[in-house]
Amino acid sequence: MKRISFNIKGLFTAGILFAFLGLVSCGDGGNASGGKSDSTASGNNDDNTVVGAGSSFDAPLFSKTFAEYNKITGLRVNYQSVGSGAGISQLTNKTVDFGASDAPMNDKQDSAVLAPVLHIPVTAGAVVLSYNLPEVKDTLQLSPVVLADIFLGNITKWNDPRIVTLNKAAKLPATSIVIAHRSDGSGTSNIFTTYLSKVSDAWSTKVGKGSSVNWPVGLGGKGNEGVAGLIKQTPGAIGYIELAYAIQNNMAYAKMQNKAGNFITPSIASVTAAANITIPADSKVSLTNTDAADGYPISGFSWILIYKEQKYSDRSLDKATKLLKLLSWVIHDGQQFSAALNYAPLSPAAVIIGDAILKSATYDGKPILQ
Amino acid sequence: MDTSFENGSLTRSDLPLRVINSGKSLLAVNARQRIRRSFNQIRTENIFKRSLVIIGLIMVILVLGILLTLVIQSLPSIKSLGLKYLWGKVWDPVQDIYGAWPFLLGTLLTSFLALIISIAFSISVAIFLGEYYPKGWFPNLLKNTVELIAAVPSVIYGFWGLAVLVPIVRNFETHIGVEPVGVGIFSSSLILAVMIIPYAASLGRSMIQMVPSQLKEGAYSLGATRWEVIRSVVLPYTKSGLFAGVLLSLGRALGETMAVTMVIGNTSLIPRNIFAPGNTMASVIANEFTEADKPVYLSALIELGLVLFLVTVVINLIGKKIIDRFTNE
Repeated sequence: MKRISFNIKGLFTAGILFAFLGLVSCGDGGNASGGKSDSTASGNNDDNTVVGAGSSFDAPLFSKTFAEYNKITGLRVNYQSVGSGAGISQLTNKTVDFGASDAPMNDKQDSAVLAPVLHIPVTAGAVVLSYNLPEVKDTLQLSPVVLADIFLGNITKWNDPRIVTLNKAAKLPATSIVIAHRSDGSGTSNIFTTYLSKVSDAWSTKVGKGSSVNWPVGLGGKGNEGVAGLIKQTPGAIGYIELAYAIQNNMAYAKMQNKAGNFITPSIASVTAAANITIPADSKVSLTNTDAADGYPISGFSWILIYKEQKYSDRSLDKATKLLKLLSWVIHDGQQFSAALNYAPLSPAAVIIGDAILKSATYDGKPILQ
Repeated sequence: MDTSFENGSLTRSDLPLRVINSGKSLLAVNARQRIRRSFNQIRTENIFKRSLVIIGLIMVILVLGILLTLVIQSLPSIKSLGLKYLWGKVWDPVQDIYGAWPFLLGTLLTSFLALIISIAFSISVAIFLGEYYPKGWFPNLLKNTVELIAAVPSVIYGFWGLAVLVPIVRNFETHIGVEPVGVGIFSSSLILAVMIIPYAASLGRSMIQMVPSQLKEGAYSLGATRWEVIRSVVLPYTKSGLFAGVLLSLGRALGETMAVTMVIGNTSLIPRNIFAPGNTMASVIANEFTEADKPVYLSALIELGLVLFLVTVVINLIGKKIIDRFTNE
């Protein structure tokens, strides 16, 4: 008996030791993750596979374009649709070869990455305002200020005079406006709140822009389908969803007044038009409220993110070249698949900038693409 | 060990015969075998006991490890926000202001409301199955149905809630004159109530079946009616068990994520009434974790997990205290 109790005691000590070790390794966890992921990246040294992660908005387009590229070159691209923020953090930890994001990296994300990161625009999307007003047969028209006031909770009825003046032909009911927004953090919310911050000072100071914000009013739904579900179910609801989702599900969506004062129906053409502006050399530009006269104002680029210096964690020149060639193909030939999937193809201006950015990528200080 | 060997060998009825037939050597061989067997038995006992201790320890380490991970990962948020985090009313990721109060309130409101709604059903089912009709095709059907409720994945409840329950609640809200949005605290409490019924019901049923029949027969022989037996014998005898079942269902309600996320309305505002949309800690984590793009934001979400963990622990401890008091009486 004595020996057994001693054994139990021994086990307890071992257990406590084990727990302590667990604690220590936990404490290290945060800092060590970078090192750990390094090994994963180099473990993935199969030179014929490129790994990417990020935006779920891009995922349907990517699965089509990467499959086509695989037919031509045999290069396998493994893209994980985990969300823009998660894609950026995976790139930061160097677990993937490229990230994809619907929003350019913010200051905090920039400071977390130790090396410069290139943003390459790959496609453009739009956020549309969908609504549930069975009585209204004509397409609803909205102006930026009215939209901001609706989402701030200042306009609460559909027959508010300010909405009525924009839609003189339509018979607007006296129902209350129910706002539906995304409850999960998303690039769609980012584009939408960026737009509202640009057009309304009140929004910019009270709420601001981001993947998730503190919504002053309204209901949250998870994902495009969650918001769409709320809109379909609730009479008098208005919410924002991706253009592609709205087209595929035959949802009613409003015309928005752009900076030039024209009311624009969101479409692939009007999104591409919005992107036909002077794009800065780093391509980190928001396509919301652009000067384009026939451009839809709530649009945004989606970017692929790569490290400028491609020689890191034992990466071979071969792999870096393959990645760069893939991206170059995506912004040129790959664009032909966009329209069929309801993505807006890149504007000529965006392709020129994208080319210049890809050429600036280096391996050991030397340019990769000629 | 020696004595057991001697006793074991000597009491055998065939022993004298064998001893006579094969002499002392057989006895010695037998003895050695017995000793070896005894050692084997002891070893098996030890291994069994040790593995039980190890498995038990692993469980303890696992829970402590989870707690430690939560604490360590939420340190950045604890450092920058302090205790104000708990009663802060604003959750604004843009300006890095994080207050858990709306979600804490949402979690407690939905869980306790669900508990209140579900108790009537779960206790009724328990009494019906435990006392009135323990056998038969209908009680069997009822029992299996209630158990099936626990087996259905929560996303299905969420889907059903959104498609069926929310429109009904919206109609009801139009009638009583509150803002008819349908989704909100009330809808999620209804869904949660359905989901947690089986936990209290099946524990309560087995507790009621365990009431000694002498007690009930004694009461009947004194002229008590069935209702009186249930009220003054069965319920007092089983109250700690019934309460434990209720506690189990509360634990389930506190942590439920998917179904609640789908019907609660997901707004960070403090709910004005039980029909207003709100949010729970679990659904905020589920919603915002993937896109938390700043270190403090991520840490604040993990701290939310820590708070949920602690709330569950505290409620369980209070429950244990109450059960102890019941059993001591």
